[in-house]
Amino acid sequence: MKNFFKIFSFIILFSGLSLSIQAAEKVEYLKTDWSFKGLFGKFDRAALQRGYQVYTEVCSSCHSMKYLSYRNLAEKGGPEFSIEQAKAIAASFEVKDGPNSDGDMFTRPGRLSDKFVMPYDNVQAAQAANGGAYPPDMSVLVKARGGGVDYIYSLLQGYEDPPAGVTLDDGVYYNKYMYGNKIKMANQLSDGLVEYSDGTTASVEQMSKDVTTFLMWSAEPHLESRHQMGFKAILYLIILTILVYFSMKRIWSRIETEV
Amino acid sequence: MSDHEYTPKSKFGKWFNDRLPLLTLANHLTDYPTPKNLNYWWTFGGILTFCLITQIVTGLVLAMHYIAHADMAFDSVEHIMRDVNYGWLIRYIHANGASMFFLAVYIHIFRSLFYGSYKAPREIIWIIGIIIYLLMMAAAFLGYVLPWGQMSFWGATVITNLFSAIPLVGEGIVTWLWGGYSVDNPTLTRFFTLHYLIPFLILGLVVLHIWALHVPGNNNPVGIDIKKPSKDTVPFHPYIVIKDGFALLMFMIVFAFFVFYTPNILGHADNYIEANPLVTPAHIVPEWYLLPFYAILRSVPDKLLGVVAMLSAILILAALPWLDTSKIRSAVFRPLYRQFYWILVADVLILGYVGAMPAEGLYLLVARVATAYYFLHFLVILPVLGWKEKTLPIPLSITEPILGGSPNLATAKNKESLNK
Repeated sequence: MKNFFKIFSFIILFSGLSLSIQAAEKVEYLKTDWSFKGLFGKFDRAALQRGYQVYTEVCSSCHSMKYLSYRNLAEKGGPEFSIEQAKAIAASFEVKDGPNSDGDMFTRPGRLSDKFVMPYDNVQAAQAANGGAYPPDMSVLVKARGGGVDYIYSLLQGYEDPPAGVTLDDGVYYNKYMYGNKIKMANQLSDGLVEYSDGTTASVEQMSKDVTTFLMWSAEPHLESRHQMGFKAILYLIILTILVYFSMKRIWSRIETEV
Repeated sequence: MSDHEYTPKSKFGKWFNDRLPLLTLANHLTDYPTPKNLNYWWTFGGILTFCLITQIVTGLVLAMHYIAHADMAFDSVEHIMRDVNYGWLIRYIHANGASMFFLAVYIHIFRSLFYGSYKAPREIIWIIGIIIYLLMMAAAFLGYVLPWGQMSFWGATVITNLFSAIPLVGEGIVTWLWGGYSVDNPTLTRFFTLHYLIPFLILGLVVLHIWALHVPGNNNPVGIDIKKPSKDTVPFHPYIVIKDGFALLMFMIVFAFFVFYTPNILGHADNYIEANPLVTPAHIVPEWYLLPFYAILRSVPDKLLGVVAMLSAILILAALPWLDTSKIRSAVFRPLYRQFYWILVADVLILGYVGAMPAEGLYLLVARVATAYYFLHFLVILPVLGWKEKTLPIPLSITEPILGGSPNLATAKNKESLNK
């Protein structure tokens, strides 16, 4: 048994090590309490809805979300808009469709099954409109950046005047959390930029937090069911392990050997 | 396999077994005499079998939804994560399963190193194991390319480019591997095919690995030959089955924690960016389980020699039964080897760490020293130790140190000789 704990602690140590290697790479990001962290972490429904609003009104003019469909907005574990709300949201966008029977492309109001409408037709168009920089698709952005949600949250609030000695080209901005500190996206958020329908004060901090929560959901739409299932699965495994441990003790007691 | 002759009880069983002795095989597997002093380091064989089956089953389901095309692979993975029922679960099990597989295989290999399980008469088991390990690395590398993220693409570019180090034909081989002049769609489709094939090769080799094991039987912590069956052994079922089962469950708890709570921690963030041949990531790093070899590769300034060093670092293991000249198997009775063993473990961990760091300055120096020591261990220390080391007296049977009440192995041996 002693040996066994050695092995088990070895595995824990390994896990710990891999976590700390990840952690060591981080710069000091701004901290906030994320409702979706932890064993039972869930999204804050209202924050997701507000985050969607920030995305639509601010980010979506440049950033696409190509893996999301309007139906996702009404799905369980997400912002959970009602079906009617989601339909209305979808209908507020013009979607290119076709060709029709005459061979022509046409536009029509969006439906639940449509993917989020993209701000640009292609990467080249996006680059041409943004001084050569491609505004990355935001569907999995949180998972595609080392610091994850903390990084995005900090970046949105990390705009500063460049320190003395740093010269910036036209269309380049200084951000203390950006890799290399130079970013081609201008500061987008300012207090009161959007008007939240639930009356929450739209401070920069609040909007950053809301939109980052929304991005976390878009990157991990099944996070809630993952956490729920994980808890049940691990609890089940622990109980089974205890039962098997006692069976093992009993079986091995037939011969006089320690296990 | 000195089992007693087995005759099925039922008439049909006998009829069937005379034509295809499956029942004899099943009987052999249940009765298989196993040393009763096996500790928990020995449970990783069973755990590895579980890992292989898990990878094959989840991989089959993923392959039903995955599209091996440069323009669609990344999208199809996101489709699995979002719209396939429990696709996220299957994919996270498969992705983390690779890491868990390697964690288990490293413990399994280092178990062998500690207890001298590779020594006669188990050389063939060991060599098959090394081939399995090589195939695992190939499968893991090929699989990492399939999501077609930035690390997939650039990892594939770096690794396939290693072949260009071969004199004269190198460039031609690389073009042949790629199926073009850069990593592109033809590369992806062939990688997918090979990634699908290799696990079944591994499965076949695992059967041979276990078959070869069942000829001499398991080694054990004391490292001595034991009579089978005897007081020193227990039948595989139920004793080893329940013990392996218990260890497997503990392993699954750790596995589940990764899958459900930190599913992306062992991967690289860049692999959630779709492959872009025009943008090179700041650091191209392989998965953690390949890092020690990556460090060896980079520690040699010459490209060809670097590749040779990296390959030798793995292939040298196959020669281990002959490099280790000691007659004693278990490190328990080899006081000096035991210390060098732990230095080797530390050396490999250090190599893994510097493999993740940029190859410059102090990191590069450490990588070079650690690489040199790695080869020194196998080529010099092991052979010399076998001749020079003064080993402790070994017991004559494993019943003695366990049941004799005397924890001191030396007295156990003395008692045995007094009895004669």
